[in-house]
Amino acid sequence: MKYTAPTKQGYFGKYGGKFVPEILIPALAELEEAYEESLNDPLFQKEYHDLLREYVGRPTKLTFADRLTEHYGKAKIYFKREDLCHTGAHKINNAIGQLLLARKMGKKRIIAETGAGQHGVATATACAKFGFECVVYMGAEDMERQKLNVDRMRLMGAEVRSVETGSKTLKDATNEAIRDWVTNVDDTFYIIGSVVGPHPYPMMTRNFHRVIGEETRDQLKQKEGRLPDYLVACVGGGSNAIGFFYPFIDDENVKMIGIEAAGLGADTDQTAATLTKGTPGVLHGSLSYLLQSNEGQIQLAHSVSAGLDYPGIGPEHSYLHDTKRVHYYGVTDQDAMDAVKLISMKEGIIPAIETAHAFAYLETLMPLTQRDEVVVVNCSGRGDKDMKTISEWF
Amino acid sequence: MTTKTSRIQSVFEKRNGDDKIMSLFITAGYPDLESTVDLILGFEENGADLIELGMPFSDPLADGPTIQYASNVSIEKGITMKKIFGMVRQVREKSEIPIILMGYINPILRYGVEAFCSDAEESGVDGLIIPDAPIEESGIIESAAREHGLDMIYLVAPNSTDERMKAVDEKSSGFVYCVSVTGVTGARQGDEVARSVERFIGRVNTNVTSNPKLVGFGIKNYEDAKLISERVDGYIVGSALIEAIRKEYPNKGWKESVLQFVNHLKFGNI
Repeated sequence: MKYTAPTKQGYFGKYGGKFVPEILIPALAELEEAYEESLNDPLFQKEYHDLLREYVGRPTKLTFADRLTEHYGKAKIYFKREDLCHTGAHKINNAIGQLLLARKMGKKRIIAETGAGQHGVATATACAKFGFECVVYMGAEDMERQKLNVDRMRLMGAEVRSVETGSKTLKDATNEAIRDWVTNVDDTFYIIGSVVGPHPYPMMTRNFHRVIGEETRDQLKQKEGRLPDYLVACVGGGSNAIGFFYPFIDDENVKMIGIEAAGLGADTDQTAATLTKGTPGVLHGSLSYLLQSNEGQIQLAHSVSAGLDYPGIGPEHSYLHDTKRVHYYGVTDQDAMDAVKLISMKEGIIPAIETAHAFAYLETLMPLTQRDEVVVVNCSGRGDKDMKTISEWF
Repeated sequence: MTTKTSRIQSVFEKRNGDDKIMSLFITAGYPDLESTVDLILGFEENGADLIELGMPFSDPLADGPTIQYASNVSIEKGITMKKIFGMVRQVREKSEIPIILMGYINPILRYGVEAFCSDAEESGVDGLIIPDAPIEESGIIESAAREHGLDMIYLVAPNSTDERMKAVDEKSSGFVYCVSVTGVTGARQGDEVARSVERFIGRVNTNVTSNPKLVGFGIKNYEDAKLISERVDGYIVGSALIEAIRKEYPNKGWKESVLQFVNHLKFGNI
């Protein structure tokens, strides 16, 4: 059966929806309308795709990882090189798309939340390019561990607001961004950085990233004349993964694997493995799996990677998990850091710590593959921003 | 619509002429688990007509710093849903003041919607306000709430369309909660609320015709309340009350000072 999620009401199976205060309902309605219009607006689509090509640098390469392939001695491994996007990660695909929508809707002011800072940088970049006011909310702890990205945002004219509440990470930055939006809803557009939040955000953000999977499909067809056997991507909120997976969902033979951050281990309370350890609930506007207490209080996540340090996950991933179309596993901080080193040494590519979670799973996956199979890993971002954490770790 | 007259409805039916209904919001378990019941009873003695009892949530994204703070204190002191129902039961031993539980949907889902509504009814709760379950999503709880005789109170905001206001009125029972300004909860400076509210209340009165209307968000004293609720049935005060507690607690006589604040909110300087 052809995959058609979400429904008109924004549901992926039982997940998704619009669990937001009344004040945001008109804003979401306005956004849905503008987004629907943009899909049928050839000028909008042309401008978006021109920007992806001329400014972001798409299509990104599909690189054969020959030394890593030799290392495991099993299936061929390719990297989809989202790390080569302008600003160093896939996030810019979505930031540019949503910014064009904001402009179309006549909004003057842009807000965003950020964890690792990659979405914040992408949003600040788009705002600089188009001359928009930009405010980015970032947890105080994340500002510390991703200082380089804070400096980049500020250099491009964004105001970075430190969030001191709760765990001082992505969850709390998102709370503050939503509070800003509720307060300034008339003139402000909230560019959400992942496939989370109320409908239509999860669908819209996925669609701005589906170019990742579409390019992969074409590029692999040219190189290997076939579809991949396995797709592997890291999942925090899940935007790079869904963009990568979505164009393959109806291809039953393509196995898809999402890798969550298990932190110190999915069996500890220092983890961000939402699907492995969580239960369904509502956070930040949609129903999805969450890390929560028996009382329904959101639990603090832990991951060495700021971008995956989030107690929720996009509703579409919850649906794909329940339907078993995608399989999700956890990778610990230690295994991810080891993968940073391995990929750097074998391929001359320093991946973001987020991305390294996907690479770390190759240790488990590769022995199960055959030599005539093909594995594609989404190399979602580069690791320059993480050099401080990486240096301290080793 | 519930068939028999609910405690909330009878408050509005018994209202005299120009009297305004005062609804007070207090976070359950703030400033400590022991004081909530006494505070509620004291509020009633000092003029409160309705109580909105806040169920704390770790991530209250529609609330400003004051209610975030109160929620955190309460969670740290070990509040649970069972304890909240226990507080309601204790109030019910002494008072018939309507109690509305107000909070985010997630802790309710975690508790189990049916179990929650059943325990709410049994303990003497009268209605629910769930700010992050607007009418699009309230199907998740609506039938269980009705079955257990709980009024469902929905919100309208200054940016709600006329059609939206009508739909909210249709879905609500008890009253409709009119959010005076766009933004999070919290006291506001100067005449910001009064300026915003004028046109909004006009539209509310045109579109919300089957339920009473209470206006809330940003009301910090008697004068605000009087001005803002002039053309509706009453008003809601939350953050300003919590601020009043925060200022006095745990000084000797804090409760008396807070109740004096409540008395003044309702009656002004007499």
